[in-house]
Amino acid sequence: MAGGIGVDLENLWIRFGDFVAVRDANVNINGGDFFSFLGPSGCGKTTILRAISGFLQPSEGRVLIGGKDMAGIGPNKRPTALIFQNLALFPLMKIWENITFSMEVKGAGKAERRKRADELLEMIALEGQGDKLPSELSGGQKQRVAIARALCAEPDVLLLDEPLSALDLKLRQHMRTELREIQQRVGITFIYITHDQGEALTMSDNVAVMRAGVIEQIGSGHDVYDLPATPFVASFVGENNVFRGRILEVNGTEALIRTNRSGDLLAQITPAARGVLKPGDEAMMFIRPEALSLVVDAGAHEKTRLAAKVVNEEFEGNSYSVFLEGDGGKRIKMSLPNVGQDRIASKGEDLTLKYELRNAVVMPAGELAAE
Amino acid sequence: MRSNILLSRIALGLYLVIFFTYLLGPLVIMSMTAFNSNPFPTITPWDCFSFEWFQVLANDERILRAILNSVIIGLGTVVLSVAMGLAASLILTQIWPRWRSTYYTIIIAPILIPGVVLGISTVVFWDRLSRILGPATDALFHNGIFLTILGQSTFIASYTMLVFVARLQRYDPGLTEAALDLGATHVQAFRKILLPFMRPAIASAAVLAFLASFENYNTTTFTFGRYPTLTIELAQKVRYGINPSISALAFIIVSLTVFGALANEAWRRGRIKAEAERKGEAVAQGRSILPGFLRGNWAAGALVLFSFVVITLFWTARAYSPEQCKAEVRAAKQAEAAKRREELLRRRAQQRLQQQMKGPDIFVPSGKPAPAGGAAAGKPATGNAPFGGVFDPGNLEGQSGTGEKPDEGSNAAPPAKPSPFGGVFDPGNLANQAGAGGDGESGEAPPGKADDNGGAKPTSPFGGVFDPGNLKGVGGGAGEGN
Ligand SMILES: Nc1ncnc2c1ncn2[C@@H]1O[C@H](COP(=O)(O)OP(=O)(O)OP(=O)(O)O)[C@@H](O)[C@H]1O
Ligand SMILES: [Mg+2]
Repeated sequence: MAGGIGVDLENLWIRFGDFVAVRDANVNINGGDFFSFLGPSGCGKTTILRAISGFLQPSEGRVLIGGKDMAGIGPNKRPTALIFQNLALFPLMKIWENITFSMEVKGAGKAERRKRADELLEMIALEGQGDKLPSELSGGQKQRVAIARALCAEPDVLLLDEPLSALDLKLRQHMRTELREIQQRVGITFIYITHDQGEALTMSDNVAVMRAGVIEQIGSGHDVYDLPATPFVASFVGENNVFRGRILEVNGTEALIRTNRSGDLLAQITPAARGVLKPGDEAMMFIRPEALSLVVDAGAHEKTRLAAKVVNEEFEGNSYSVFLEGDGGKRIKMSLPNVGQDRIASKGEDLTLKYELRNAVVMPAGELAAE
Repeated sequence: MRSNILLSRIALGLYLVIFFTYLLGPLVIMSMTAFNSNPFPTITPWDCFSFEWFQVLANDERILRAILNSVIIGLGTVVLSVAMGLAASLILTQIWPRWRSTYYTIIIAPILIPGVVLGISTVVFWDRLSRILGPATDALFHNGIFLTILGQSTFIASYTMLVFVARLQRYDPGLTEAALDLGATHVQAFRKILLPFMRPAIASAAVLAFLASFENYNTTTFTFGRYPTLTIELAQKVRYGINPSISALAFIIVSLTVFGALANEAWRRGRIKAEAERKGEAVAQGRSILPGFLRGNWAAGALVLFSFVVITLFWTARAYSPEQCKAEVRAAKQAEAAKRREELLRRRAQQRLQQQMKGPDIFVPSGKPAPAGGAAAGKPATGNAPFGGVFDPGNLEGQSGTGEKPDEGSNAAPPAKPSPFGGVFDPGNLANQAGAGGDGESGEAPPGKADDNGGAKPTSPFGGVFDPGNLKGVGGGAGEGN
């Protein structure tokens, strides 16, 4: 995506007293990208955003917008607009006044502002509602007003702090698509914060996954989902079955792992850990529930198979979730699309599961995301 | 069970009645006395319905000037203390948390310091300052209005700050950040976002500041200089004795307050209703002949009714003349007094007759007429009263008192009573009309002196103040005709 103003964080540290909220963050965000910060609550996402928009001075390191160091430049002088976690619409102003506040402070006349407000109201599908107060709008409508207000300032970078968290599921899904559309239309850089991995994956060109102030991985949605760099990313983004064990042998990008409870299994080594993992190392192997399937014939590779007993089965509309217990009492979840089959299995039945080698990743052992 | 609830309801009702009587009773009584022609603020005896005290009030230069001073000082205090309170409250939210409670204590301290101390220190401080800075500042730093505004604002600003802090606690600082983020300067963010949010609090703080300034006495009493406020003037007036023009002022103030409260409530209700209508909610309304503004808005109805009553009251004031009534009351009192005098004479005649039948009395020198003895007995009676008879309600009865004076004895009564206050508080002093009207033979004899009933008075420790006979409406001596 050509054009647009990029944002770079260089060795960014942010401390509150002794507490380190952001630890040595290095991020390059391309101009015109939809970039997301993804992480659990309290991991420092808002803090990073506030540093970018200028409400917080970094303790160390630099924030660059369009290649320019932003040190000492106040929030009202930066080419950014922030959509706050709680929206922060001005409660005493009408909708149209809210939207055009950035023009008002620059001294634009009323007629001009009114006209621009009407354009933006049309864009967010709220025509004719400009004379209401924020308290008279629904949650989704407020959301759109906040977006229009930020866009009215014509920022080069739009910062969004979990703007959809207050909405119900249907509206959230609708707004995701809408946001993505708006972003593609206006062509500016969006920096989006969320703790909802679905949101991050749907909308973003690139995602940074954070844990406790540390950026664990930056990459496209595919990279982050398919080739997680750390056990935290693997377990935080989407669902995953984890198998702990020790490396038996390393063979190029593949490794054989002696799992604690499920025998010896083959997996590919995640790019970040290639050349690092050696035989004997503690390791974790991840296989997504949807990457597991039933063995129909006996032809599959020995080392990509596991035996398990069905414990429970749940119907989830578009899919079945089957919970199994592996040989050593290991809990395994398998997800199968609902394509009209009657039942997958009955309780207590012994099954043999298989997976494709490229769907299993192994990496050095580490901390998992909290359930 | 049921009766228990009933009982507690009754108890609650009773409590409310007592409570409101306690709260509002004095004000109601005081307001009523404004319409009694009686020269002392009282509702018993009720002489004549009259507006003369409003006239007296309107002609009282000093009171009017004092009201003007109070308003000027009130407005000055509003401006100063709202500004200071707002600044203080804003600093409080910005300041480093560690220092917050210390700062808060300092800022709140003036409320805890006695107003007298604040008044004295204000005067002393500015006096010293003007000496240091030279005579150029003299006129300003010793100006009563200047000093009073400053003195009052020291603690009223603390009140307003509390109002602002309460409002600020509900402010989302994110709004200021949002404004800054959208390109506003700090000044613009303050003016366009924070100030409008604070507006209701500023309004209530201003009202509070004005009222606190208007009713302040103890600080002002040291600072007012040549500009006495209303409270100061009222307090000074007591030294010359009060008359119902004070009640008239009280009535006006109470009316304005009731009017203001009702108007505010009516406006508020009207707005809530308008809001509901705007949102398209159904507003319950039966069929009514009232215009829309009054429908379902009891406050508006009460306001209209109240205004109507007050306007009628003052309308009648222009047409109504109490002169005839006053003349009638005077005549009635004189008639009453005459009747009593006759009664007295008759009794004495009887006594004389009895004495003659008993033979010469050793206590009465034979040549002296008995009635003189009655007057002589009256003298020690007033002397025994602990307050020199100042509080004797009989004193108030200017007309009737002078009227009933028995001609034989009254000249013997000393013109000045042994009053500890030198008669300053003697309400009789106020009764100029009354005094002029009824003067019979001796002008300077205080009316109470005419009390012939020497035997009854000395027994009463309070000089007969509580004698129920006093309430009978005609003169101190009216009751004991036995
Ligand atoms: N002003 C501050 N002073 C001290 N600590 C702070 C301050 N602001 C944030 N923190 C701490 O920094 C950490 C990160 O906070 P931040 O608001 O960035 O979290 P977040 O990732 O946005 O979480 P959420 O998803 O819940 O919004 C938290 O542990 C928080 O307690
Ligand atoms: Mg946050």
